[in-house]
Amino acid sequence: MSAVPPLAGSNRRFMSGNEAVARGAWEAGCNLAAAYPGTPSTEILEFAAHYPEMYTEWSVNEKVSLEVAIGASLAGSRAFCAMKHVGLNVASDALMSQTLAGVGAGLVIAVADDVGLSSSQNEQDSRFWGRFAHVPLLEPADAQEAYEYTQRAFELSEQFNTPVILRLTTRICHVKGVVNFGERREHENAQGFVKDPGRLIMTPGVARQRLPMMFEREAEIQRHSESSNLNIIMDGSDKRVGFITSGPTYMHVKEAFPHAPLVKLGLSYPVPFDKIRALASQVDQLVVVEEVEPILETELKAAGIALLGKEILPRIGELSPNVLRPAIAELLGEAVPETVPVKAPIEIKPPAPRIDPATGINVFPRPPTMCVACPHLGIYYCLSKIRNTTISGDIGCYTLGAGHPWNALDTTVCMGASMGIAHGLDKGRVEADKDKKIIAVIGDSTFMHMGMQGLLDITYNNGNVTILLLDNRAVGMTGGQDNPASGRDIHGKESTKVDFRKLCEALGVKPERIHEVNPYELPTLFTALRDEVKIAEPSVIITNQPCVLIDYYGAQPALTVDDDKCTGCGNCLDIGCPAILVTRRETVVKPNGSEKELAFVKIESGACTGCNLCPKTCGPDAILPLADYIRQ
Amino acid sequence: MSENTITNILVAGIGGQGVMTAAEVLSQTALSQGFDVKKTEVAGMAQRGGVVTSHVRFGTQVLSPAIPPGEADILVGFEPAEALRWCSHLRPSGVAMINTTRQEPPVVSLGLYDYPEDPIGEIAKTGIEYHAFDAGAIARELGNFKLVNTVMLGAISELLPFPAEALKNEILDRFRGRKPELVEINEKAFELGRLASAAH
Repeated sequence: MSAVPPLAGSNRRFMSGNEAVARGAWEAGCNLAAAYPGTPSTEILEFAAHYPEMYTEWSVNEKVSLEVAIGASLAGSRAFCAMKHVGLNVASDALMSQTLAGVGAGLVIAVADDVGLSSSQNEQDSRFWGRFAHVPLLEPADAQEAYEYTQRAFELSEQFNTPVILRLTTRICHVKGVVNFGERREHENAQGFVKDPGRLIMTPGVARQRLPMMFEREAEIQRHSESSNLNIIMDGSDKRVGFITSGPTYMHVKEAFPHAPLVKLGLSYPVPFDKIRALASQVDQLVVVEEVEPILETELKAAGIALLGKEILPRIGELSPNVLRPAIAELLGEAVPETVPVKAPIEIKPPAPRIDPATGINVFPRPPTMCVACPHLGIYYCLSKIRNTTISGDIGCYTLGAGHPWNALDTTVCMGASMGIAHGLDKGRVEADKDKKIIAVIGDSTFMHMGMQGLLDITYNNGNVTILLLDNRAVGMTGGQDNPASGRDIHGKESTKVDFRKLCEALGVKPERIHEVNPYELPTLFTALRDEVKIAEPSVIITNQPCVLIDYYGAQPALTVDDDKCTGCGNCLDIGCPAILVTRRETVVKPNGSEKELAFVKIESGACTGCNLCPKTCGPDAILPLADYIRQ
Repeated sequence: MSENTITNILVAGIGGQGVMTAAEVLSQTALSQGFDVKKTEVAGMAQRGGVVTSHVRFGTQVLSPAIPPGEADILVGFEPAEALRWCSHLRPSGVAMINTTRQEPPVVSLGLYDYPEDPIGEIAKTGIEYHAFDAGAIARELGNFKLVNTVMLGAISELLPFPAEALKNEILDRFRGRKPELVEINEKAFELGRLASAAH
């Protein structure tokens, strides 16, 4: 987040969609912004935190962030919260009720869909929430619009007394473009909180009265959508195909078919049917281009508008120009344009061919992996050595434990699910699994987000799960944001630091079943784990070393391998540290005639931070500090 | 430059190599030269040793942010296997600039996959124009592996539709304010990259 200087002579800056949303909220006079980090939305709050006029916070989960924003809105402040798509699943309980009540000052919910799945467990389409909650939904097409629409969202929220969803995608959040911006305009509210039990206390009786008002509001916004300049018809000379574009797909369509007429939907819900009919009357065929689900398509077809959508376009991933061009060429009966001119047919080797079908190129995969010296390495090393387990995982860096060399994770569902799933694996076990040890792995932030309730459920219901609570004092996967485990707030200022031992005890785990362990101390960790899985009670092993990417981590001098001592056993490779590299492989024949593969290693001294984990796996003591080795 | 006057530069490497910074510097330089610019990253879990690519597009007006396969004008490959992985993104007239320093991931160390024996040779077979040199060695000789980034930018500086000096100044300006002690070494790295690419 380096500050980019404004371009000379104007209020223009090269900024990401996320930064533009933060800027837009600030300029709109927003007083409060809350979020739980989640790719691709995380940076919105990081940028928002730079504006001293706005109160900002990392909330413990998305539902709390929305509730905080609702409270601020009712208190008379323009309020904002941001989350990734799956975050709104968590926050939806608050949304589905608050939509009946409406707002105080403007209330905007930014939700970022991970179209293309760069860092998520699913690819759900947040546009559904507009329909489900009967609230307007804005879809910017680039950073400039992200900046503008955020401000428009506050206006709409107040004009129609409704929460407003700002739907973003990865290609909005993480794309930088030139943004022309302005200055902050304070939002004045002299009234403050206005008591209004007939609206704000959502009992069945109140909700019954509010329902027709909500539908009236929706109809009113639908009329607004027809006349709003957020939804525009753009003329074009090539009338063979007209396009309906929703949010970022506008840019893709405009690039692929610069002369095609189109409707650009910025306020994509409620749908401006008449505008779309007006376009339909101008063109031979109509195609709706929407990421991801056929939502508009279904609604427009139901409204009697003839068009094509997912019959010719994929339902998964981005609809970029290279996807659109061949689909439309085929529709028009033209030659399908060649999109990949360079082909590289390459010999491949077993065990697992990785040939890109489009190009014929074979390169090994380079999946994300745990960092050099990551405190999770020792944990997964131990987990991989314990037999007869079922391991229920969660969302975070430790999901990577499912990969090589550990292969020590059996399920991952959603934030905090490791607890309940583990409990279910235990209670639902059949005879075939009667001796299976059920283990759950969860990080500090995920535990506080949604895992604590699951643990309480386990203790309350006499469960039998061994829980590894990996406290690395950060929200690691999203970039090491602070949380109650770091004891610092969003500005890095000292704050409440949660005591996990006390917390677990309060949630019903017996004190003698709670262990705090340094995960670099392999024998201690392994013993604690091996002993606890044998005991038929809930137990928690808390690991207490920080993420290596945050300032709590202190790097130590690098280690190296003494070639004369390395026997090629490969034990250290089971740690999975990216700094350990194989220098040569040998096959030896043992006295009993069986073959054994040897792998001799070196340590990349530029990357190693001396965590001292790998020496504990080395029988011949071949791993030692680089400085000692040089002295020898 | 393609017929629609947009220049597409694909920067590819591994988390931690400075791919995103290189793309940012290219973008800022293009902006200062009066172009419209869009830059997009595909780096889901970039800090975890995965593949990182950054797309930089500039021209009179840029719409879609991602470079379609087969339309990149320049591929900046920070690692040879990554250059091989992404070389099909180049248009037939495109150029690949490749750092030959290899970085093997754990899946290779574990023996699950093989590192290509001759990635540069395989790129050569595709018939595209390429320049390959050991930018990592240059950076190491200068005493800081992080300089790979500046070396690579120096290497492509003669291929851009604006003066190499503009790119160099953009890089050095970033250090002048915050870390003036690094200006000289970055200038050296840039010029060595420029020379190395010219030598091929």
